[in-house]
Amino acid sequence: MAAPEVFTIAQVPLTAHAFNADRSKLITSLNTNEAQIYGRQGNEWKPEVTLSEHDKLITSIDWAPNSNRIVTASQDRNAYVWSQTTGADGNSVWKPTLVLLRINRAATYVRWSPKEDKFAVASGARAIAVCSFDADNDWWVSRLLKKPIRSTVLSVDWHPNNVLLAAGTADMKARVFSAYIKDVDSRPSPSVWGEKLPFNTICGEYASPAGGWVHSVAFSPSGDVLAFASHDSTISIVYPGGPAVITVRNSTLPYVSLTWTSEDALVAAGHDCQPVLFSGSAEGWKAIGSLDDAKSGAPLTPVSTGSSSGGRFASAGVGRLGTNEAFARFRNADTLGKSSATPGSPVSGGDSSGDTELMTVHQNTITSVRPYEISANGNVAKVSTSGVDGKLVIWNVSVPAGTGGLSSRLGGMHLR
Amino acid sequence: MVRPYLDCNSHALRPYLAAVRSTLTAALTLENFASQVVERHNKPEVEAQSSREVLLNPLVISRNENERVLIEPSVNSVRLSIKIKQADEIERALCAKFMRFMMVRAENFIVLRRKPVPGYDISFLITNSHTETMLKHKIVDFIIQFMEDVDREISEMKLSLNARARVVAETYLTVFG
Repeated sequence: MAAPEVFTIAQVPLTAHAFNADRSKLITSLNTNEAQIYGRQGNEWKPEVTLSEHDKLITSIDWAPNSNRIVTASQDRNAYVWSQTTGADGNSVWKPTLVLLRINRAATYVRWSPKEDKFAVASGARAIAVCSFDADNDWWVSRLLKKPIRSTVLSVDWHPNNVLLAAGTADMKARVFSAYIKDVDSRPSPSVWGEKLPFNTICGEYASPAGGWVHSVAFSPSGDVLAFASHDSTISIVYPGGPAVITVRNSTLPYVSLTWTSEDALVAAGHDCQPVLFSGSAEGWKAIGSLDDAKSGAPLTPVSTGSSSGGRFASAGVGRLGTNEAFARFRNADTLGKSSATPGSPVSGGDSSGDTELMTVHQNTITSVRPYEISANGNVAKVSTSGVDGKLVIWNVSVPAGTGGLSSRLGGMHLR
Repeated sequence: MVRPYLDCNSHALRPYLAAVRSTLTAALTLENFASQVVERHNKPEVEAQSSREVLLNPLVISRNENERVLIEPSVNSVRLSIKIKQADEIERALCAKFMRFMMVRAENFIVLRRKPVPGYDISFLITNSHTETMLKHKIVDFIIQFMEDVDREISEMKLSLNARARVVAETYLTVFG
């Protein structure tokens, strides 16, 4: 299995990321009010264009693959649609188009609809703005989905039929709305979510199992199944035909982003710093394992590498034993409530970083996981993740087989 | 003076710090969250207390009646307050002075709060910008190390205070001797 491609874009958080259709360009925001377009040159991403129109943190970015338009949402309550035009000097420039959002709190999340004629902006104003283009005035107008949202909307996702919209909110619910706009959409064919779908129809409302904020929602490729990740460290998969909700409880830190890779598998990532593959069907779901190769078999919670530092009193030394590695290890376990590195975990071979590095590729929370490459059979073959550590990683969607089993892992173990 | 402190307590200290460590690790799952009450503001929700749904249940981890930790998580910030062991008048005075010394220098500690939460001796406020700029497990290590060190620091100060008092008394009394 090929190793994941790791790019360190910056030393600051990447708040969002999106690729263009042929994956030759990347847009991301480095935790600022500007969005930066990068072009791929060999094995590197080189900064090309800076899009600056927002005056507060950009929270979400999406790039429409076919129409090649970018939409950015920001905490300054605005969103802009950027389209590439030819400037006066003959070079192509990115021009912002106004979006009349009519929200009075931060915009938190934005996604283009599958047909790219609409986009949805989630906001802290307890509303979702569904925007469509008004050619007369050359701006985007919005209609608001308000009821029954009681708190900040944290994420949205479009159904493949271009009409239904799922939303995850901080009031611990995931909901499915109809975002049907008469002038834009043709009448949708009946689906498992409902038959008549005027604007703001609530097709489903699902509470997170233990009352956690719903960080991420996603429709399956067919649109017949909905998955959401919530702050109570669960992944819930909704089969509306059932009506059954399957909950996978995890012993890890919460996931904040998820994406489907095929009709029976999804990848979730979050505060654990590693993407995890889940698989299942209407009969049941389970975690298959982490895409983070090096950690296979190790617990799904970050453990820092190296021996734990003794802190201040270690340097003082306790007689002869103060310098003894084993002694320091047990003392740390005793006094600091810190367990030693797990057996089988890859130890950083003699580097000077000590225990500052996690054993995962991402060193901090993963904030976004998105499909990167679709294989011939329609399944997602690769996903990209970006995180608070400023890294962008492209992963193969396959869990490294534990063929070596215990023996290979024991081989990597040594007493430090 | 014989101090049985280290021996009998270090066993109880281990599960206590382990509980604080795992609770704090779980609580430090923060994200950037703009205020839903005030336009264009972004403030620690645990301090603003303006929207109830983004606050999680506060949790008290108690080692005994004198030592406890209060952890108040929210969507974009965590407040951690420590009640430090104070066995007698001297320790109480030393603790008050020592905590004041640190809190007037709070900006040097980055995550330190300038005032403790009522009922506690010292409070830390960790926001999402801290977890973005610093490694999360290092923040946890720092807090645990602080809890570990502050007890020792105060006992050391108490010992040196006693020793000093003894020297002063001896010097003073030699005049009459």
